[in-house]
Amino acid sequence: MNFELSGEQQMLKDSVERFVQDNYEFAKRKDLAGSALGYSDSHWAVFAEMGWLMLPFAEENGGLGGSAVDMGVVTEALGAGMTLEPLVPSVLLGGKLVEALGGAAQKDNILSAVAGGQLKLALAYGEPHARFDLNYVEATAVKSGNKYVLNGRKSVVLQAASADKIVVIARTSGDAADTSGISAFLIDADTTGLLKQDYPMVDGQRASDLWLQDVQAELLGAEGAAFAALQSVIDGAICAVCSEAVGAMGRVLEMTKDYTATRNQFGKAISDNQVVQHRLVDMFTVLEESKAITDMTTMRLAEGAQNTSALVSAMKAKVGEAARFVGAQGVQLHGGIGMTDEYPIGHYFKRLMAIDVMFGDSAHHLNRYAEGIATGANS
Amino acid sequence: MDLQFSSDDLAFQDEVRSFLKENLPASVLDRSDRGLHPLKDDIVAWQKTLHKKGWIAPNWPVKHGGTGWSLTQKYIYNREYFLTGAPQTIAFGLNMVGPVIYTFGTQKQKDKYLTDILQSNVWWCQGYSEPGAGSDLASLRTRAVRDGDDYVVNGQKIWTSWAQYADMMFCLVRTDPDVKQQEGISFLLIDMTSPGIEVRPIIGLDGEHSLNEVFFDDVRVPAENLIGEENKGWTYAKFLLGNERNTIARVSRSQYQLKRLKEVARAERRGAGHLIEDTDFRRRIARIETDLMALEAMELRYLSQDIAGKKLMAEPSVLKIRGAEIAQAIKTLTVEALGPYGMVYESEDQLTMRNDGPLGPEYAHGAMADHLYQRAATIYGGTNEIQRNIIAKLILR
Ligand SMILES: Cc1cc2nc3c(=O)[nH]c(=O)nc-3n(C[C@H](O)[C@H](O)[C@H](O)COP(=O)(O)OP(=O)(O)OC[C@H]3O[C@@H](n4cnc5c(N)ncnc54)[C@H](O)[C@@H]3O)c2cc1C
Repeated sequence: MNFELSGEQQMLKDSVERFVQDNYEFAKRKDLAGSALGYSDSHWAVFAEMGWLMLPFAEENGGLGGSAVDMGVVTEALGAGMTLEPLVPSVLLGGKLVEALGGAAQKDNILSAVAGGQLKLALAYGEPHARFDLNYVEATAVKSGNKYVLNGRKSVVLQAASADKIVVIARTSGDAADTSGISAFLIDADTTGLLKQDYPMVDGQRASDLWLQDVQAELLGAEGAAFAALQSVIDGAICAVCSEAVGAMGRVLEMTKDYTATRNQFGKAISDNQVVQHRLVDMFTVLEESKAITDMTTMRLAEGAQNTSALVSAMKAKVGEAARFVGAQGVQLHGGIGMTDEYPIGHYFKRLMAIDVMFGDSAHHLNRYAEGIATGANS
Repeated sequence: MDLQFSSDDLAFQDEVRSFLKENLPASVLDRSDRGLHPLKDDIVAWQKTLHKKGWIAPNWPVKHGGTGWSLTQKYIYNREYFLTGAPQTIAFGLNMVGPVIYTFGTQKQKDKYLTDILQSNVWWCQGYSEPGAGSDLASLRTRAVRDGDDYVVNGQKIWTSWAQYADMMFCLVRTDPDVKQQEGISFLLIDMTSPGIEVRPIIGLDGEHSLNEVFFDDVRVPAENLIGEENKGWTYAKFLLGNERNTIARVSRSQYQLKRLKEVARAERRGAGHLIEDTDFRRRIARIETDLMALEAMELRYLSQDIAGKKLMAEPSVLKIRGAEIAQAIKTLTVEALGPYGMVYESEDQLTMRNDGPLGPEYAHGAMADHLYQRAATIYGGTNEIQRNIIAKLILR
């Protein structure tokens, strides 16, 4: 057992941290978040150059064969700077699903371009009626010649506005809630019949709602059998965003500690009040829990453990709750200045809230874990 | 002990309820329902309606334009008011400076200001907090120096809500820097059009503009705008803070918003069913609702003690702490009810500029806007930490 980083992982961490330090000063991030694209293509080129986009793909697919732990090292450091580039949607969602399901030609065509940063992907799995249930898919796909025709709605698709291709989850058979009959498809982002509503999220990232009307699509993998791969890809992405949350919470704690040590009221630093110290301790404690459970879960995933869903849900439930607590207390202990757009702490609060919601909030994952108790899956 | 209202009180309740229902403009109710701040013209018009009815200032003495209601009637009015969904009237004139003026002001000041406050002709803002003086308000440094018939004011206020709309500010200034902090503060009424005043916006984390910084550069304020005595301002400021008791717990506002939350949970789909069918979600609503019931019971109990003439100490702080926490819990859960759309947000300006809105369900935007703004509920008007300090000091020592 070893929770320490390897030498290589330490170097990776240092390089990402350096990138964040050099490029993600808060004012610059704010400008980027407000720009038309919502992030920087020249940063994206750096992500590619540094190999971060290649990291999670297998070597035979042109990747570096990095583990979930390696990925966590990257996203934790990125999370501290609340970076905006679409690493999770393009690589960990779209790319990983293509890697899991695609045929040789599809992988050839797509993965090296994704890993090189030339091609951006998004993954459209959520739907307005599905809430956080991955199996609930109303969008339909009907075979027509060697293509499929897609119809339906997809909601809150991360970074679809700037994606070149979108992986779409649709149903080829069964009822809306069945886990079988779910298939994955590839479409071009500018294909006919696709209507997009692009918008910002509360954390400055971008997302879109999609309306699919007789959209021609290419099947990924076997018809009707995409669910398991989808779930495991989402589980991987959950690890990555939990690491991001750990990075972001670390920054919140640091900023709040510094602020309360320098802000004077009643003739002394605010943090001279024991109640403030204890609050900081509570924030620290949930951060430590989050860091540990995220690292542990990530290692389990990296070791190829079976039935990781319960572990992932346990982690997400803990980290999501911690994220909300740390974000909210960060704002609270800053007082009025915490409520402003000009000061970073409120943005961390919003980012942490979005991470809790992303891929299922803590309530959802606690329930998912609890279901496992009933079925004996995690007895 | 009994909980019954008299038949007169019940008749009064009916009268209040039907008047508010019939007269609250749909557009005002709609914004309030969504969780958006009222538009300036809307809230002013609505306050004028209440004034015409004679109900704008229930807490004021009759001779200054109040209603002469009993404490019970005031309680009923407040309750019905918020259960209608109406937005809170702007407190700065009506609940804050108005009572200070009729209690401590000169006859000339009363004649000059009170009618305009009752008629909502003049918008007031509250100039208390400064960059260096938040929780420790008494350390404020904005300086006022007497020069002939004027005070000359220099310094800065911050977090001044709605200063961009304000015609007047009631302001705490330092008139004597050489005595104990609380004993060198004065209470001034300042015309916001005076030369030397600059108002700069502060955008909130909701992307909206309610907060401001206000700078004073040799601003001349007539000495007749001083309330009461020089260097006695802290007394008036404290009196003002003590006046908030009636609405501090926001029980009925929260009850109304809890009802809205249930409507959202009924509308939100979860697979083939709806979110409201989810036992876990219902338990979370129930948890808040039981907290709210206890808060209402506390408020009633304190009210009855007040009626019985018992002096309350830090009880309003108890109400403020729980009221703010419960309001935040409702807002947080309302955003959680949105599922993945609980990540989506842009400011109202941006949203109204697009032609493909709304984003997600139409109730989503205001839910998030209010959730973000309500983070301040545990900060403004004395933070929850400071309220706890007050209770510890006044009740538990
Ligand atoms: C939305 C909003 C609207 C506002 N509107 C107005 C307005 O119209 N007019 C106006 O004058 N002001 C207004 N305020 C200002 C508000 O009153 C102050 O923000 C508040 O008094 C806290 O002061 P501060 O922001 O300087 O925080 P600080 O006093 O610096 O406090 C920072 C943190 O330290 C904690 N803390 C401080 N001292 C102690 C202690 N002794 N023990 C334990 N904890 C402590 C606080 O609880 C808080 O969590 C508004 C604020 C907000 C957020």
